[in-house]
Amino acid sequence: MAGHIMTAELLQFLVSGLTVGAVYALVALGFTLIYNASDVVNFAQGEFVMLGGMVTVFVHAAGLALPLAAAAAIIVAVAAGLLLHRLAIEPARGASAVTLIIITIGASIFLRGVAQIVFDKRFHQLPAFSGNDPILLGGAAILPQSFWVLGGAVLVFTALFLFLERTLLGKAVLATAANRLAARLVGVDTSFVLALSFGLSAAIGALGGILITPITLTSFDVGTLLALKGFAAAMLGGMGSPLGAVAGGLLLGLLESFAAGTISSAYKDAVAFIVILGVLFAMPQGLFGRRSVERV
Amino acid sequence: MSARWATLLMLAAVIAIIPWFFPSGFYFRVAALIWVTALAAVGLQILMGQAGQVSLGHAGFVGIGAYTTALGPKYLGLDVLLCLPLGAAVAAAVAFVVGRPILRLKGHYLAVATLGFGMLVTMVLVNEVGITGGPDGTRVPRAALFGWVIRGGESFYWITGGALLLGVWVALNLQHSPSGRALAALHDSEVAARTVGIDVARHKLRAFVIAAVYGAVAGGLLALLNGFVTPDAAGFLASIEYVTMVVIGGLASVPGAVVGAALLVLLPQALTFLHEYEQAVIGLLIMLFMIFLRIGIVPGLAALLRRKPA
Repeated sequence: MAGHIMTAELLQFLVSGLTVGAVYALVALGFTLIYNASDVVNFAQGEFVMLGGMVTVFVHAAGLALPLAAAAAIIVAVAAGLLLHRLAIEPARGASAVTLIIITIGASIFLRGVAQIVFDKRFHQLPAFSGNDPILLGGAAILPQSFWVLGGAVLVFTALFLFLERTLLGKAVLATAANRLAARLVGVDTSFVLALSFGLSAAIGALGGILITPITLTSFDVGTLLALKGFAAAMLGGMGSPLGAVAGGLLLGLLESFAAGTISSAYKDAVAFIVILGVLFAMPQGLFGRRSVERV
Repeated sequence: MSARWATLLMLAAVIAIIPWFFPSGFYFRVAALIWVTALAAVGLQILMGQAGQVSLGHAGFVGIGAYTTALGPKYLGLDVLLCLPLGAAVAAAVAFVVGRPILRLKGHYLAVATLGFGMLVTMVLVNEVGITGGPDGTRVPRAALFGWVIRGGESFYWITGGALLLGVWVALNLQHSPSGRALAALHDSEVAARTVGIDVARHKLRAFVIAAVYGAVAGGLLALLNGFVTPDAAGFLASIEYVTMVVIGGLASVPGAVVGAALLVLLPQALTFLHEYEQAVIGLLIMLFMIFLRIGIVPGLAALLRRKPA
């Protein structure tokens, strides 16, 4: 390690960290939406990201234009999310949270298994949306695709914020998150909210997969690691808080990027996890989590 | 009281009888793998089912046990059989140190902390190539007892079967001991448990250490059985599998952990004829089991049997 870090290098780490972090944030948001509606940690969340990337690759290869292929991928992922809710979560209604979590683990194994039959076991890439010529910014070389990822993520965050704060349906989602029984009493169809959460989470995850695939490649099994990182990000931010999910995702991405650049790329995940553990020891509810009181 | 002995007797009978039905020596190895995996799962059942503390890093302790057994002879000059209890001691020490801060966290936060712990173990195993052999893994020396070299599926079958029987016996006794009742109390409500004078932190830590020892012993046996270890033994997917075994078998049930382990070890073996459809079918079966037997296989079937008397 050189004595000092140049600003150009810092900027490079910052942008690559934010790019990866944006995808973690999207996955974490998916976790948060479903968790708020049901207390379920959906371990199949990473498979939505995988579906987004893989379906786009294969539909695009079959001759459809990239935007259409991307739309098809989001539709497939949303269908998978809704089916997961309708066929696996809904029939087990009333089961304990841990039972439902294992169902989502089964679903993630199932989706991975289906993906390796329908697609294949190889790595795939998408062409970058606006070419591969790096943009020079303050001495740092930044891939144009990074701007697509960041822009897409900002768009999702804004849209989701407006939906939750400004629409009646969004308020129903928030009410369900705050207190499911009370929400039902005032006439919120919590079962519909849960289905909606699965659909939204799937769409958000798939979008993340589509945006990042030109940079990181995709294959049938990329979902596991993303689910794991997204879960860690959601916990770092504070489970149940959409703002926390975004902050946690971006922070995790930055931690990894700076750790890889300044400490060791082999142990970048270790650095990230040690920081997460440190944060949780100081703030056991995550950065933005609500303090909970155990009732006896 | 009698249910405990019935469980043990049934397990002993299964271990003693099924070899008669093995068509070939290969089945001894598969069954030994089940017993070893079940031993690790029973340990996790103590932590998750009895104490109510989630761990997504249980395989980390399995990895510690496996690699201590594999590397001890080379680096410490110890007999490989001595390295097995050494692995358990190392895991217990690590669990004691790590558990203290980690167990202050609850629920999903505890899950992510244990997940981080498991990742750290895997990362060290993968990256310290010079010591651990890296992602390709490392060979495990053969164990010899008074000059008799332990080899062959049949020997391992009886050793691992005996270890599992012992492990289940301890777990069942623990469940019905004052300590086990304290765990059950804090599982229901930590505040209530503390109010009646239970040292919650100490009991949680004890359960965590006990689970780690189970994992490490299973890991050591796994290393000896396979003659080879890779970091996958400590990986996130392995941790997830242990959790799935415990829940699918019945979170509150010690024999449930054994049944869950048997199911998850056997499914891939039994479904190889499905070739590329294997994974999809395994995922589907996990979902179906959890939808239709939501409290787990053992308690679920017991409830079904009770409902319609023969």
